[in-house]
Amino acid sequence: MKVTTQWDVVCKVADLVPDSGVAVWTSSGPVAVFYLPERLPALFAIGHQDPFSGANVLARGITGDIKGEPVVASPLYKQHFSLLSGQCLEDESVRVPVYRVLVDGDQIRVEQRLGSRDELAA
Amino acid sequence: MSKKQLIVIGNGMVGHHFLEQFVATEAASGYELQVFGEEPLLAYDRVHLSEYFDQATHADLAMGTAEWYEQNDIMLHLDEAVTGIDRDQQTVTTAKGSHPYDAVVLATGSYPFVPPIDGNDHPHCLVYRTLADLDAIRTSAEGARTGVVVGGGLLGLEAANALKSLGLEAHVVEFAPRLMPVQLDADGGAVLKHKIEELGVRVHTEKATKAIVAGSECRLRMEFEEDDYLETDLIVFSAGIRPQDALARAANLEVGERGGIIIDNQCTTSDPRIFAIGECALWSERIFGLVAPGYTMARTLASHLNGDAEAAFSGADMSTKLKLLGVDVGSIGDAHGQTPGARSIRFNDEAAGHYRRMVISEDGKTLLGAILVGDNGPYDTLLQYALNNIALPEHPETLILPQSEGGAPALGPDALPDTAAICSCHNVTKGDICGVIDAGCGDLGSVKAETKASSGCGGCAALLKNVVDSELAKRGVEVSKDICEHFAYSRQELFHLVKVNGIRTFRTLIREHGKGQGCEICKPTVGSILATCWNEHILATDHVPLQDTNDTFMANMQKNGTYSIVPRIPGGEITPDKLIVLGEVAKEYDLYTKITGGQRVDLFGATLSQLPEIWEKLIAAGFETGHAYGKSLRTVKSCVGNTWCRYGVQDSVAMAIFLEDRYKGLRAPHKVKMAVSGCTRECAEAQSKDIGVIATENGWNLYVCGNGGMRPRHADLFATDLNDEELIRTIDRVLMFYVRTADRLQRTSVWMENLEGGLDYLKQVVLEDSLGLGEELEEHMEGLVGTYQCEWKTAVEDPEKRKRFREFVNDERTDPVQQWTHERGQRRPVTESA
Repeated sequence: MKVTTQWDVVCKVADLVPDSGVAVWTSSGPVAVFYLPERLPALFAIGHQDPFSGANVLARGITGDIKGEPVVASPLYKQHFSLLSGQCLEDESVRVPVYRVLVDGDQIRVEQRLGSRDELAA
Repeated sequence: MSKKQLIVIGNGMVGHHFLEQFVATEAASGYELQVFGEEPLLAYDRVHLSEYFDQATHADLAMGTAEWYEQNDIMLHLDEAVTGIDRDQQTVTTAKGSHPYDAVVLATGSYPFVPPIDGNDHPHCLVYRTLADLDAIRTSAEGARTGVVVGGGLLGLEAANALKSLGLEAHVVEFAPRLMPVQLDADGGAVLKHKIEELGVRVHTEKATKAIVAGSECRLRMEFEEDDYLETDLIVFSAGIRPQDALARAANLEVGERGGIIIDNQCTTSDPRIFAIGECALWSERIFGLVAPGYTMARTLASHLNGDAEAAFSGADMSTKLKLLGVDVGSIGDAHGQTPGARSIRFNDEAAGHYRRMVISEDGKTLLGAILVGDNGPYDTLLQYALNNIALPEHPETLILPQSEGGAPALGPDALPDTAAICSCHNVTKGDICGVIDAGCGDLGSVKAETKASSGCGGCAALLKNVVDSELAKRGVEVSKDICEHFAYSRQELFHLVKVNGIRTFRTLIREHGKGQGCEICKPTVGSILATCWNEHILATDHVPLQDTNDTFMANMQKNGTYSIVPRIPGGEITPDKLIVLGEVAKEYDLYTKITGGQRVDLFGATLSQLPEIWEKLIAAGFETGHAYGKSLRTVKSCVGNTWCRYGVQDSVAMAIFLEDRYKGLRAPHKVKMAVSGCTRECAEAQSKDIGVIATENGWNLYVCGNGGMRPRHADLFATDLNDEELIRTIDRVLMFYVRTADRLQRTSVWMENLEGGLDYLKQVVLEDSLGLGEELEEHMEGLVGTYQCEWKTAVEDPEKRKRFREFVNDERTDPVQQWTHERGQRRPVTESA
């Protein structure tokens, strides 16, 4: 199956908070965008929904690094999720979606799969 | 030149000990040593005699060996009783001949007292002193079912144990109203009796035996008063000892009225060539029926004969610590409180079978004596107090009260039993944690991963860390105090770095003193430290990313991602108008409303974007943030105090409001709770708080480091009868010292338990200013009080800060995963089971 993607504008650069995350609504649902100015690249996007609680809260977690890997800690139960892979560091079987993200002028774009809206509905 | 002749009469424990001591002296080479023993066996341990029935042999109990005597050129005459001492001829006579002496040591010991009862010469009436006696008891026990010991003292109970181990139904018959009348009081005797009866030994007190006659069911019948009797197959008399002074009497040495060879401080009898030691000797009109004083006499005499002019026996401590039939019994000094003016403290736990009594001097400063039954745990400590005249602590009862009742040493992780639940979410016990550590988990992270402990609600994180640290330390693992992989420092060290170097941002700190980008452990910790040091708004750009979500959004995140709001209601006092505003706001936003334990109102279910709007309304009505989200002062609970209450002695509400206003916003290693009670009835439960204040007629009593919740801890009384000013100054210092020195997420209770020197140290620092920090701590607090701002007021007035409260920065929709239902007239989240 051929997968095609598009880059959606999700917010402005000014909306970002250094060393922290913001939540954006995308065609595939809520996404957390993180801006870690000390890293290169500095932008990360993962699913906003915490798989352990089901609540949309990951953007509100504390960011940092564990053995060099950029992570966010869930604000509810504190599990760490890699900002590179979405992998939960405490539970191998849990992973949140990861999105590519880039700056376009003063805007932030997140890569979306086409048709993902249908998947969401399914 | 011929050697002098030294003859020791008696080869018991004390006689043997004397020889051991004497042969080690220089003087020994000038003597030829001879020992005469009445028994056919080498000296043996009479203290553990009952073990003879428990598989022990003479060899197990023997004090020395025949080889030892040979090697030391001691001529040993066993089974050869001395029949006379001729003081004029200076000879000692036995059945086999006579021996000249230059010096004689009488170590003839004692013999069992057999009460003058008709029939006490029956063949199955026995005594308990020698191995031969024990053999006789064993023979008599063949074909016997029951045995009686006459005498409920120390030896009597040993004898009862012996009968029991021979398989007999054992009875103890005691003339006095209680067991061990010399060492114990009535209550102690009762506890001991109960314990011993539990072990299957029948105890009959206040029984005087009139006669021993032939029995109908058993061999013998002991007749008591009137028609009372007890049938038994054998009787062991253990009703006390009498000094064995027959030889001395026959040789016309001075003896005491009730027996005993009179000696002076050098153990010399009335004949300067004859000495006496042990139970046969009478010193200062006292017989010492224990082995330890006998040994002391033996050592004294050995030194004296070696020419040590200083050597002197000066009496002995008769304190005893025993295990009788497996029951701990201890008796120290003046156990009966016979010293004039003596007072007692007693603890009696009948269920557990523990009895403890301390006898204290009139001035309350020294321990005169003590009785312990059931648990000799405190014995060694108490003995030190009594023997060395050490001044008792202010609350001497803490020495004998169980920890849970006396507030004695706090319950550290070490004191927790293996069954203690550490993580109740995942049902992980301390034993489970020890198990995985033993299986190879070497740090907190791996213990968490292996047991899942602390991965539920996380409320046990601090306790878990304590247990793991303590267990690792016990196993010799060096426990890193580093707070995380980004900083090789403890919280206290980070505090110093920030304070001393004037560091104002996390970024500077991690660049200069850490590595990496930080994590959810070090960031909030540093955020808290920065707030304590500089008190800048927690939502200042530099500080936002440091905060836990609750601090970031100044509300408490609930399981569905919504927040709860707790406005400050200082001291729990609220006007009807303000109460109405809370109701109106809750109604408008459909917030679930609940009264908290801290006399406040919690409003649940606000979405992120509703928070600033709600706070605008609350602030307009005069509310301030309640810091329910922060590691900071939560609430100062109070009772209504003397303005209304007929018992109140101070205005507790006014003081609570004052304290809450003073310390609100203070960032601490963990949350801080306080309470003020208006009288000693303590309705505000101040003794379960970090800072507890209780009104007195003269001012305020201050309690510190209490805790409710998961691990309750009774607060410690810190200072009494303070006036308002003293109270505030003391709290300032305690709080600031806690904030500066505690570990991350360490409540004051755990901080205190881990503080080296504990309560006394804290008192020195705060009340006596032992570190010279007092003023600095006060100034620091004063600075924080002066720079307080209501975080919510500042936030709602700043459009940039308000932007943080958008649920989605690009969309105004509300969070679609939040689903609601109604219950008991209020809205709540849909739970999985619903």
